[in-house]
Amino acid sequence: MTVAPPAPAPARRHRPPDPRAHLSHRLAERGIDRTLWLLLPGVVFLVALFIYPLAYGLGLSFQPLKSTDPLYNYKQFFTDHLQRDTIGTTLRISLPAALVNVIASVPIAYRMRGRMRGKRFITTMLVIPITLGTVLTADGMLKFFDPAGGWFNKTLFALHIRTPDQPVLLINNYWGVVISLIISGFPFAFLLILSYLSGIDPSLDAAASTLGASPRRRFWQITFPLLAPGLAITFCLTFVLAFSVFPSAYLVGNPTSTTRVISIAAYEARSVETNDSKASTIALIMAVIELLVISVVLFGRGRLYRGSTGGKG
Amino acid sequence: MSEELAAVEETARRRGSRPIVWLAWFLLAFFFVNLAGIVFSAVVDSFGDNWFGNWLPQVWTTHYWSDAWHAYDLGQVLQVTLIVSVAVVIVSVLVGVPASYALARRNFPFKHAIMLVFLLPVMVPPIAYGIPLATAMYKFNTITHVQIANSMFGVILANLVPAIPFVVLTMTPFIEQIDPKVESAARMCGASTRKIFTRILLPLLVPGVLAASILVLVRTVGMFELTYLTAGTDSETLVVKLFDSISGAGIRAPQQSDAMAVLYMGMMLVLLVIALRFVNPTQLVTRVAEERDA
Repeated sequence: MTVAPPAPAPARRHRPPDPRAHLSHRLAERGIDRTLWLLLPGVVFLVALFIYPLAYGLGLSFQPLKSTDPLYNYKQFFTDHLQRDTIGTTLRISLPAALVNVIASVPIAYRMRGRMRGKRFITTMLVIPITLGTVLTADGMLKFFDPAGGWFNKTLFALHIRTPDQPVLLINNYWGVVISLIISGFPFAFLLILSYLSGIDPSLDAAASTLGASPRRRFWQITFPLLAPGLAITFCLTFVLAFSVFPSAYLVGNPTSTTRVISIAAYEARSVETNDSKASTIALIMAVIELLVISVVLFGRGRLYRGSTGGKG
Repeated sequence: MSEELAAVEETARRRGSRPIVWLAWFLLAFFFVNLAGIVFSAVVDSFGDNWFGNWLPQVWTTHYWSDAWHAYDLGQVLQVTLIVSVAVVIVSVLVGVPASYALARRNFPFKHAIMLVFLLPVMVPPIAYGIPLATAMYKFNTITHVQIANSMFGVILANLVPAIPFVVLTMTPFIEQIDPKVESAARMCGASTRKIFTRILLPLLVPGVLAASILVLVRTVGMFELTYLTAGTDSETLVVKLFDSISGAGIRAPQQSDAMAVLYMGMMLVLLVIALRFVNPTQLVTRVAEERDA
């Protein structure tokens, strides 16, 4: 048996750029070549239609209509409790909705992680509410949960769970908005978590099982730690959906009090008061708060296990 | 793993987690029952009259459909919806796919900053950037006397803001899984850049592009906030008209909004059926890259 000669060391792999080489060669060594022109249209579009408007809105927010104080709009927002409270209202609606969506999805997705009969059917059914969207869901909810004649309350009356003078009120209040967010957000969270779960190598679970770990222990010590980063991402994405609740808060909520969310405040400043400066201020505050919540969650995710999940994840 | 071991493991799993399994199925069933109730409430109401607290309407009619069609000029609305969403799909694919190719194949300085530019519009709520965007567009109208806001062109531009990043974010992993050696081999054999693109890349990209387009189409038809902020009365899409008619309840019969809602639902379901021919349900929310299991 012969010993293979040691492979020659890869020569001059990381040599410094040759000062005599042509500029385009030196740039290409850093990864800059003509391929990057392909990025240009996309970047131009987004700078013109996303970055520039945000910067324009930021500038506008320091030019209040009714005052010379550049910070007037911000002071006004944080001192007027009608405005300031919209932050709390938005978080009170969106955080529980996002949490429920994620927490309810985990056991169901865990049960369906392997191959099973009817999986494709169930996932197809779950895509329907995502495509229907919040406006249509709101329209259906107004009929279905109607306190006098909606099918939901009629069923409760027929089963003698409730009497007609005490119907369950699930529209035009806080619960209407949360339910609408669960209807559109739960399928989304479920499908995401299902795809994260199918990325975890099932042989890890099988190995733990062979070593005698109980199902509960296998879930909490094997699957859950591998799933946790995915849960953080899922939470963020459902939270983004729930945070911009404008249509449902308006249609199935109580947009003057309990579901006066921050997007309604921004929209009213724009269309009712026609105060673009104030509207931009509120819109920017909204974006900053949402990004803050997301960065807190993603910071927490950075502290979790981030290695391989063993599967195709 | 042997069949026997699999069976043992399977029964252990069943026995160990029975209550939570029942709870999971119960929740799922409850969810679907209510969802069906919500959908069918709208469908039945659009065809019915004199419902008033009965299980079903006393009179069946289609006149709310023709009323809604005329009152909201739905023929024109459908046309606008179609033009806007097809234009958004075409532009976002033409702009997004080349960008995702560059992002998938090259490492370059400030790549993270560029990625952030493509990621932010997906993370920031549409109302938050839609309001400054609409304000800037209206300002542009008054300065140049060119109608951007209030026109279909403005609606298309606004809808491109989330659509382009969506195409980039879904196509980048798709292109990453295409082996770059294929391109190198073609180049070694003397193919020109254009030939590599038309004969090698394009055929490989078609499934991903189709999937991304259909997803952008579904999202644009359903996008409410941005269209609502930038559209004028003759450039509103179906979902905006639907919102107007629900929030303006009392002016018109609620059955008319139901008829519109059912029309919208029908349109979405057709799109969904088409979409599911090209992508599997989980891809609708995650990514376009093919998962080769099953």
